[in-house]
Amino acid sequence: MRDWALLGTVLALLSLATFGGQWLKRQTTLGLDAKAVDSFNSRIQAWWFFSIVLGISFFHPILTVVLFGMLSFWALREYITLTPTTMGDHRALFWVFFFFTPTQFVLVGFNMYSLYSVLIPVYAFLFIAARAAISGDYRRFLERIAKIQFGLFVCVYCLSFVPALLFLECQSTEGDESASARLLFFFITMVLFSELAQFLCSRLLGKHLIAEAIDETRTWEGLLGGAAATAILGSVLFWATPFRHLWQVATMSILIACMSSAGALTMAAIRRDRGEVRSGTLIEGHGGVLSRIDAVCFAAPVFYHVTLVFFGRAGG
Amino acid sequence: MITETLLTWTARIISGVSVRWVDSQPDTCQRVYFANHTSHLDVVLVWSALPADVRHLTRPIAAKDYWEGGSIRRHLAKVFNAMLIDRKEIKVHQSPIDMMLREIGKTHSLILFPEGGRSPGEEVGEFKSGLYYLGKKRPDLELIPVYINNMNRILPRGEFMPVPLLSSLTFGPPIWLEAGEPKMDFLARAREAVLSLKDN
Repeated sequence: MRDWALLGTVLALLSLATFGGQWLKRQTTLGLDAKAVDSFNSRIQAWWFFSIVLGISFFHPILTVVLFGMLSFWALREYITLTPTTMGDHRALFWVFFFFTPTQFVLVGFNMYSLYSVLIPVYAFLFIAARAAISGDYRRFLERIAKIQFGLFVCVYCLSFVPALLFLECQSTEGDESASARLLFFFITMVLFSELAQFLCSRLLGKHLIAEAIDETRTWEGLLGGAAATAILGSVLFWATPFRHLWQVATMSILIACMSSAGALTMAAIRRDRGEVRSGTLIEGHGGVLSRIDAVCFAAPVFYHVTLVFFGRAGG
Repeated sequence: MITETLLTWTARIISGVSVRWVDSQPDTCQRVYFANHTSHLDVVLVWSALPADVRHLTRPIAAKDYWEGGSIRRHLAKVFNAMLIDRKEIKVHQSPIDMMLREIGKTHSLILFPEGGRSPGEEVGEFKSGLYYLGKKRPDLELIPVYINNMNRILPRGEFMPVPLLSSLTFGPPIWLEAGEPKMDFLARAREAVLSLKDN
């Protein structure tokens, strides 16, 4: 029952946002920035995409893990394409793509938390450095290693905590089988909504830019307003979550909103640094997965662990 | 047929290629596609980027010493209808240019890598003269420059396992050999035509 209510609420919100976006697109008299409206609409598209994917998670958790695995692989592909690597990194990259990325998601699928929580930060990070050293190219060594490690960390490790939410058991919802699917759905809805709300608040109230050189639209007012709006929506969806008090839901929502903004800003910095140089002909036509998952990547591991620490089932 | 589909899709998936035509359209008229050469996949990639009807009329020029090594390569070369050229022993009485022109007749097109071999890194080497003689003997052929971006990172020289990054393939507007244009000038112009697609 609660599953359908959550799905219904999100669908209603989405339809409303889509309708609003299309309406804005037709308003030529308001003098709106066409680029901003397009950006708004592409966010809504991403939201639709995630909602449909997550609709599946109610029925089939493994399928969700596989889908996120593919998304991860693609994001990493875009990331490494944007990042200059040298010949000496080739073998290390091969293992990153064909061993560490699939293995991470297989471990998530089998819910082996003790392994997948350390596979990348311990084994992969050390391996990448050692493999690059074996290849014998020492030029800009630290720089190259850091680039690959960061890419693997953000695109694979962080993103893998989204499907991992499906296996997270909370104290308060023991025995409720679809509780974790609802948690995942709640999380994604919060992330995407916070980005949208942040964007709208920035446009309407924005005065003080956070980092002008990186993102000309992201403001402190947007961040605060977005976080507040997210907290309100979170409280409205209170009944769908494993959190037992309204203030807990609100705090978690604000946490998600802050992490999402941090993620989007960080990835914008990377794109600024690299993007305009090469992305043009290479990424174009592929949809740009990386720029759609940036907020999710930062919010997922933090949300997962905070939930685990404060609400997780003892010994689970 | 099955191998062809498999081959084109494998090439597309590994290379994550996006194909663009800039001031140029796919056409079944007789053409010479000339591209920069950085990896073993280039031949298959350019060939599979063409629409099926054009592809079936297009023959890539490939090095005999490489594509005749081993039965798999030999079979693949047959699938994409490669024209194998001996780059080690070029004899006067059987010049590869004449052979190419004889083979394409009045219907087929060619894919050519005028650098001769693969260049390391992102550089584009000096062009060899084959393209000039093709243009001289058959002035009606459209010479289409093609720029292959990022393949040198997907399968660099000396590696046999690919890393699945994204690449792009840009087809440019045709050039022709001008009347009385000196060989070196033309080859430099052709090389510029390929390079200019890089930032396009």
